[in-house]
Amino acid sequence: MKNGSLIFGALLSVLVIIAAGVSFVWVPFDITQLSIPDKLQTPNKVHWLGTDHFGRDILSMIMIGARTSLAVALLAVGIGFSIGVPLGLAAAARKNSLIDEVIMRTNDLIFAFPSLVIAILITALFGAGAMNAIIAIGIFNIPVFARVSRGAALSLWQKEFILAARVSGKTDFLISAEHILPNIANLLIVQGTIQFSLGILAEAGLSYVGLGTQPPIPSWGRMLADAQTMVSFAPHLAIIPGTAIIVTVLGLNLMGDGLRDVLDPRVRKSRE
Amino acid sequence: MFQPTKLIAAGTLAVFASTGIGLSAQSDITVAMQLEPPHLDPTSAAAGAIDSVLYSNVFEGLTRFASDGSVIAGLAESWDISGDGAVYTFKLRSGVKFHDGTSMDASDVKFSLDRARAEDSTNAQKALFSGITDVSVVDNSTVKISLDKPNGSFLFNMAWGDAVIVAPESIDGIKNNPVGTGAFTFQNWVQGDRIELSRNSDYWGDKPALENVTFKFISDPTAAFAAVMAQDVDVFTSFPAPENLPQFEADPRFQVLEGSTEGETILSTNNKMPPLDNVKVRKAIAHAIDRQAIIDGAMFGYGTPIGTHFAPHNPDYVDLTGNSNYDPELSKKLLAEAGFSEGFTTTLKLPPPSYARRGGEIIASQLRAVGIETEISNLEWAQWLEQVFRGKDYGLTIVSHTEPMDIGIYARPDYYFQYDNPEFQSLMTELNGTTDPGKRSSMLQKAQRIISNDYVNGYLFELAYTTVANAKVRGLWKNAPTQATDLTGVSWAD
Repeated sequence: MKNGSLIFGALLSVLVIIAAGVSFVWVPFDITQLSIPDKLQTPNKVHWLGTDHFGRDILSMIMIGARTSLAVALLAVGIGFSIGVPLGLAAAARKNSLIDEVIMRTNDLIFAFPSLVIAILITALFGAGAMNAIIAIGIFNIPVFARVSRGAALSLWQKEFILAARVSGKTDFLISAEHILPNIANLLIVQGTIQFSLGILAEAGLSYVGLGTQPPIPSWGRMLADAQTMVSFAPHLAIIPGTAIIVTVLGLNLMGDGLRDVLDPRVRKSRE
Repeated sequence: MFQPTKLIAAGTLAVFASTGIGLSAQSDITVAMQLEPPHLDPTSAAAGAIDSVLYSNVFEGLTRFASDGSVIAGLAESWDISGDGAVYTFKLRSGVKFHDGTSMDASDVKFSLDRARAEDSTNAQKALFSGITDVSVVDNSTVKISLDKPNGSFLFNMAWGDAVIVAPESIDGIKNNPVGTGAFTFQNWVQGDRIELSRNSDYWGDKPALENVTFKFISDPTAAFAAVMAQDVDVFTSFPAPENLPQFEADPRFQVLEGSTEGETILSTNNKMPPLDNVKVRKAIAHAIDRQAIIDGAMFGYGTPIGTHFAPHNPDYVDLTGNSNYDPELSKKLLAEAGFSEGFTTTLKLPPPSYARRGGEIIASQLRAVGIETEISNLEWAQWLEQVFRGKDYGLTIVSHTEPMDIGIYARPDYYFQYDNPEFQSLMTELNGTTDPGKRSSMLQKAQRIISNDYVNGYLFELAYTTVANAKVRGLWKNAPTQATDLTGVSWAD
């Protein structure tokens, strides 16, 4: 099947999104109420995925955790997109100017740092928490979007329809917004999907080391960290959130790959 | 101070030891613990990890704690107390030598105590020495200590790790090369990993059975579990993950010792921060807490509920848990009376141990049930000391106070929970001046009642001391009457 990965990836992603969406209106159990006597149950009829060390229903935790993961990743990608894309377009519009140099070299600088380590530094300095995690992950999305949009925009600036627009007297800003941006949107969507899955991994990583989402809000990463010493006698505590992370990241990556096949003209052409 | 000859000697020893493995009965041991000491001077830091390695092994005081918490003779073999109880004359043991070969005599005792009580002293427990007005050398083996008033707990005070005897000759290098009088000499410290000790052949007392001792520092609970399972370590004191203990118990290779500590685990409350300055609010918090759920949920059943700041195994302990029984309805009522029927929000800052992190989540859930919202933040120890302990920037926190008989901290209004009660303070002053055991006992009981009735902190449970060890190790302390890992009586069964 030509778009197998797109469909499979989209299915997995939709599953996660539905789980997160449903959690706003309904979860099987209230996870703010701990119930110590019910702790460490393996999956059963009442608790479909078992209970954790506080007797909380794991299915409910996973559903609300999906919400946390998606929200953090979405906001982080949003930051990267809304700052990175305008910077990239500006750099392309003023190719080889001082602005271009400053923007792209700053991007290189940020890009050169190991992102997760800097994210740990940011959250360690400004306090652990979901908001700081979002900002930390978001900052590292900026250069990614700036590079992608500059690279794609540069080749467009040579095209005749842009020349026509320039001749008709449009400013560089308008050209970037009206002609360049729509034409690179496909690329940005593909990149966005991949960054989104990386954002979910980063959130889980930060929460795992205790710097991301703080209790009592569930997070897949922290569920893994909590399960760590209990793996030897309650492996489901680690397997379930681990699987949730894998499913989400795999789904988004497959969807990103599939989308690129469908949307990216260069790839499409090379396959024909 | 760098001592090349000593290092060479240690190296030779190590070579002999390693070639000797398998030939003789086991005489080496590896003891693991979670926290590494910041340096090795027990007389200038509060860090309990220093005592966990060095107390009684390397350093000794005039008196010392025995494994049951009683105070027995240490470097002083006997003492006389003057009729008014204000002058202590210690007779020192003869032939005691420091590890550098110098002899331990009365001038070293004077040096140690004068150093600890000096104006610029960095001793973490200066209060232990505050009553001393004079330390004088009578002769080489006799020291006379004068107090400003009778002090019934002076011998107890002198048993603390902060009151050990050090020598002026080696004091400059003590933080990296501790020179004491104990049964083991310090050999080597690989920071971030281990400290090595070896038997002191010149020890004045019974020679220990162990030849070489390695203390290993493993902070991560998962790594701790793996290290014990793989038998990389022979003993793990205060094992950090109580959930793993049943597995060790079921495994014939290991033994699990469950004993008591002096660790009152409490929900420390900032008594000066509104609305926690209102006793009704603190009482409401106390009644909102279900201790058993915390012991079961955070400690997997290990721990004894307490209702005041006192160790339950102490004969003077009063069971005041009924004073703050789990009663969420009463709690809500009290909050309403205090004017917080809508509840309020405060901070809950948690240091790393699992009693705090897990206990914190449980308490947050219990408080939420009566309308109190908590903002949880997980802190590393350094941050916790900075923000909570020194900065007093917190509403609630959970911590275990592991010092023995530390109810006196409630008489310090500048202490981090900022409890300021003149009645309690004068009671403590009176207690310190009382030597009659019966009177002391009733005063201690009164003190427990005052802080319980004032709901100064949420009193949760007494930390259990859980040691996992190879099944063949004998002579480990079951209880932890002070922070110590006394290896002088430890041996391997054949």
